[in-house]
Amino acid sequence: MLEKALVGSKRYWLWLGVLIAIIGVAFIQYLRQYGYGLGLTGLSRDVSWGLYIGQFTFLVGVAASAVMLVIPYYLHDFKKFSKIVILGEFLAVSAVIMCILFIFVDMGQPTRIMNVVLNPTPNSVMFWDFIVLSGYLILNIVIGWTTLAADRKGVRPPQWVKPLIYLSIPWAVSIHTVTAFLYAGIPGRHFWLTAVMAARFLASAFAGGPALLIILALLVRRFSKFDPGQEAIQAVGKIVTYAMFANVFLLGLEFFTAFYSNIPGHMHPFKYLYTGLEGHGKLVPLMWTSSVMALVSLVLLVFPGLRRNENILAFACISLFISLWIDKGFGLIIGGFIPNMFEGVTEYWPTGPESMITLGVWAVGFLVLTVLYKVAVSVREETAGMPDNH
Amino acid sequence: MSMNRRQFLKIAGVSTVLGIGGGTVVTGLRRTGLEASQVSPDPRALKAKRWGFVVDVSKLKTDEDYQKCVDACHGIHNVPDIGNPKDEVKWIWKDTYERTFPTTSEDEHMNKELKEKKFLLFCNHCAQPACVRVCPTKATFKRQDGVVMQDMHRCIGCRFCMAACPFGARSFNYRDPRGVDASGRPFIRKENPQFPTRMIGVVEKCTMCYERLAIGQQPACAEASNGAILFGDLDDPNSEVRKVISSTFTIRRKPELGTQPSIYYVIGGTEHA
Ligand code: SF4
Ligand code: SF4
Repeated sequence: MLEKALVGSKRYWLWLGVLIAIIGVAFIQYLRQYGYGLGLTGLSRDVSWGLYIGQFTFLVGVAASAVMLVIPYYLHDFKKFSKIVILGEFLAVSAVIMCILFIFVDMGQPTRIMNVVLNPTPNSVMFWDFIVLSGYLILNIVIGWTTLAADRKGVRPPQWVKPLIYLSIPWAVSIHTVTAFLYAGIPGRHFWLTAVMAARFLASAFAGGPALLIILALLVRRFSKFDPGQEAIQAVGKIVTYAMFANVFLLGLEFFTAFYSNIPGHMHPFKYLYTGLEGHGKLVPLMWTSSVMALVSLVLLVFPGLRRNENILAFACISLFISLWIDKGFGLIIGGFIPNMFEGVTEYWPTGPESMITLGVWAVGFLVLTVLYKVAVSVREETAGMPDNH
Repeated sequence: MSMNRRQFLKIAGVSTVLGIGGGTVVTGLRRTGLEASQVSPDPRALKAKRWGFVVDVSKLKTDEDYQKCVDACHGIHNVPDIGNPKDEVKWIWKDTYERTFPTTSEDEHMNKELKEKKFLLFCNHCAQPACVRVCPTKATFKRQDGVVMQDMHRCIGCRFCMAACPFGARSFNYRDPRGVDASGRPFIRKENPQFPTRMIGVVEKCTMCYERLAIGQQPACAEASNGAILFGDLDDPNSEVRKVISSTFTIRRKPELGTQPSIYYVIGGTEHA
């Protein structure tokens, strides 16, 4: 089926060209970082994780969100998702690939990555994260590819994928739970030491991932003859709305506990993020942008009348996605490091090369996504009008 | 692989070369040759169930007193002086009361002398170390005598341990420690050929002078401290450290986090303290 990715319109090739150019520039920056060291980034002794790990965390959420389509379709036989579900699975594949790349570019000694497998360490959450992410990647490639191949031939997918599909559901939850445990089990970082961390991660994932999917589905419909289905898109919109409310609610819980208890260690990171601390407030404008965009998206999503208008829906989804990207892809990680272990403030801001490398990883993700979607869309265009068999 | 390695460490008593990084084995061999301690236990080696320190800051009077300890450690361990706080590498350093004990310092009426008191900070070699718990490769591990080790050859530079250590004891080599700064000055001013240098992209920290313990010497900071830093077995009720701890008021950093630091601080100084 991969040959489908090799034929395309001029626009398709132009888009791929742009992505490859970005990847090329980013790769050169990465080589610089590899030679000079991570000192090329804005990271420091006090803020030792930053943009890369933030993006990693955010994208694990995007990857996990495929489950929001898989559950209704495969468990509840919600037929309207028959066409869109493949988009979710392929989005998960490209998101996990980005996750792995972000870990890779963040490592001081990337050539030693196999040490994680050679010296399995079950007490390390990172070891488990490595396992569940690789497993999830394989699951989604296998499931997406076989169901699509079966579709193309107009037959049912082979029996053996069904158990894999069911397995992928708890597995999706596990990848994001384990990722939350990276943070939520660390003593001394008050901002992260919260039992609702995993719940919040899942809520924001199930809002942000499907929001991205809506945007992608609308784009696919615009640029191809494949229609994921208006009703499917609306149903996903509903999921986004509920999940976003849950997410904002959970964030509210964090605020309550921090400020009502009045424990300084719990309040400081929030103060740093939203008002600035000891005269340092680099993240304040970003965090408020995130809050405003979250609010805007909620207002637009909560009224079914507004949501039904696809332009408004698209706008709300973009707003929500950016909001969560800031909140989880940036603020959540940096907030854990400020104030530092000495209650002092060392600020962090990504450098140019660091941002370029980040952009490059996203470009790889979009490249993979474009190719996979191209295949899926071409198959769907071929089989348009044929009944669904699974 | 890991077991063999661990057993080897045990047999060797202390791992003069391997512990600090197999990557430097070659350098180590070239420069110093194998020592007896690497193949059989050195009869001089100091042994304990759980090593620990008592740092009596009332005995550290001048800036020089502090600096002597810092220089002793950084000098023999080839700790690079990168020259900027962002990429800084340090194993032991001087800091204020407020920064040393941040959870107890929210006090506007605090004793002025205490507020101005300086402390010596280094890895606590915690009994329940958070860093060891999170490391995905066992590059940081706890020895049976309580030393929290760092294998700079195995470390992948993920920096999970830096996020996890509540004491900011760990440094990452953001730059090549064997390199030079913009004006050509080497980060390691004067290299000690007896001890390996590290490479770019790995985490490092105080390793309790394991290489000195192996040949019967006290940690360098203790030796340079003029009696301000005591070193001994916390599990031995007759050790000097235990005698001080049982007879004097001591505090540890962030004990509420349950890592069980092995450094006890004596503040002393005023009669009421
Ligand atoms: S002080 Fe930090 S680095 Fe040292 S043992 Fe404790 S947790 Fe680990
Ligand atoms: S940076 Fe090195 S020592 Fe620290 S957790 Fe990662 S592999 Fe272990």
